[in-house]
Amino acid sequence: MRADVAERPIVRGPALTRAALVLGGGVVILSAALVVGIGLGSVAIAPDDVLRVLGHRLLGIGATSGVSDATETIVIDLRLPRVLGAMVVGAGLACAGTVFQAVLRNPMADPYIIGTAAGASLGATIGIVLPLLLPALAIGAGSAWLGLGLVQGLAFAGGVGTVLLVIGVARSGGRLPSVTLLLTGYAVSSLLAAGVALLMFASGRALAAIFAWLMGSLAAVGWIDLAIAAPVVLGVFLVVFARWRSLNLLLLGDGAAAHLGLDVGREKLRLTMLATLATSAVVAISGTIGFVGLVVPHLLRLAVGPDHRLLLPASSLLGAALLVVADLGARLAGGIPVGVVTAFVGAPFFLWLLRRSRRVTGMISS
Amino acid sequence: MTPVVEISGLEVSYQTDAPARRPVLRGLDLVIGAGELVALLGPNGSGKTTLLRAIAGSLRRDAGRVALFGRDLNEWSSVALARRVAVLPQSLVLPDGFRVAELVEMGRAPHATRWFGSSAEDAEAVQRALADAGALDLAERHADELSGGERQRVLVAMALAQGPELLLLDEPTLHLDIAHQASLLATVARLRARRGLTVIAVLHDLNLAAAHALRATVLDSGRVVADGDPESVLRLELIRRVFGVAVDEARTVDGRRFLVPHARPEIGTEPSAAGTRITR
Repeated sequence: MRADVAERPIVRGPALTRAALVLGGGVVILSAALVVGIGLGSVAIAPDDVLRVLGHRLLGIGATSGVSDATETIVIDLRLPRVLGAMVVGAGLACAGTVFQAVLRNPMADPYIIGTAAGASLGATIGIVLPLLLPALAIGAGSAWLGLGLVQGLAFAGGVGTVLLVIGVARSGGRLPSVTLLLTGYAVSSLLAAGVALLMFASGRALAAIFAWLMGSLAAVGWIDLAIAAPVVLGVFLVVFARWRSLNLLLLGDGAAAHLGLDVGREKLRLTMLATLATSAVVAISGTIGFVGLVVPHLLRLAVGPDHRLLLPASSLLGAALLVVADLGARLAGGIPVGVVTAFVGAPFFLWLLRRSRRVTGMISS
Repeated sequence: MTPVVEISGLEVSYQTDAPARRPVLRGLDLVIGAGELVALLGPNGSGKTTLLRAIAGSLRRDAGRVALFGRDLNEWSSVALARRVAVLPQSLVLPDGFRVAELVEMGRAPHATRWFGSSAEDAEAVQRALADAGALDLAERHADELSGGERQRVLVAMALAQGPELLLLDEPTLHLDIAHQASLLATVARLRARRGLTVIAVLHDLNLAAAHALRATVLDSGRVVADGDPESVLRLELIRRVFGVAVDEARTVDGRRFLVPHARPEIGTEPSAAGTRITR
């Protein structure tokens, strides 16, 4: 045996130094994004003021002397929920995208691919249009239940319900073939998208509101939205992370994973539902923001490799940071949809990385 | 001693259209003991791969019984099965980006005890599997850098990492050149001898089977039509009847027998003795 083989054990988890570097780097980037994201805007706030307010209000450290009440209000009531919202949404989409890409073994998979987006969009559109058609309901919708509006509730239900329907149609004899799942998702999505288009056509003055929702925005994220979405995303992340071994095995394909003792049908169902839960929760508070859930997992796969022990936390961290920065860009550019920014910035970077990389997607070579 | 594989009256069909089931295995009986190296032979469509998949528990049976290590297949959980039975599938796309050692470590999945990493036992098993498969020098390479022969050795290592007692190989020599075909089967034969493995391999090359297997089981139309030591099973008359091709036999200078098909094959020109072959 060669000496260098003996020195480095053949079986080793993700290298600790690299993992620390990647995850530590992710935390640093995310923290920087938090401070910058809160600091910049129509009123600029110095980073040390941001830190002082956050330290005092959230951790009870130090005092806010020298910081005006107006500044404190901007930080805590206006910008912090929006920035935290961007983090939760970015992390949720990136985490769900990573899971979908492994479960479907398809590099084009994103959190929306099997119907979450279409279902949530239809739900939200109905939520926007319904009060106009039935004025009596407008009162009910106005006085939101638990602070959550009709739109969020229907969007979440639409996303989860659609995936349940898609799975129900695609499942046969305990198996959940990826191609059937993808095609069923596509067909059902098309059907629901037609419904959305019909409602938009008939919506009259609500058209702008529907359109804004479909483009995705973090402008309306409040503490209540966070209180609901954040625990869902965190919970899903933890459960999925604990199943890293299944995610890795699924990359071998259904047959090989089954020969290695994985109950493939059940595991795919479980992971799909978890990812759908996270996706629907974040889409409900932000609308459909594209690109993050597709590209961030690929970026990280190119950077840290396909092992989900490292890929999943790294993706989630970077997804969170990326969306904070993208949302900041959207705000500074005069309130353009954040999805536009993620695509504008993310796509060229991704193309550059794709050309630079030898291993195209780290998933399927053919 | 309990046989490793006991199959009786096994019937499997593929459901093409609901009423028109296409039977593949029709009442197949087979018993395989510990430490055997069995070559499953037969023409295309005779049910070899289906039989292998039935033994691996990955398809539904219409009738009949399959027992492994004396226990009915229905009573096995998928994890328990994966700890004792490893499968080398006909085609497996290895995911890019993993080191070979990491891929082989995936073979330890059914034995996983640690939540996050792998145990010392896992590490040892991976090391031994790589060594046994002759793939130790590939450990640090990536899947997309492997040649066909190297890839196959990695797949064997993955299967061995499971620590199986029964190894099922589905056309393991497909895509390999003649040198690698022989070396792979020699590796398998050595492992059988050294680790006491029971091996069932679907093979197409009759000479390869005769050279390496200890037992040849010939399937035709979903039934076992000949079974025994390769030399006595692979008679010219049987090959002609089952494969529908006339062969000659010859001897090498050191006395090994080998089979050569006639230059002009007669596939489908005459019905087989069983009368079940469809003229193509």
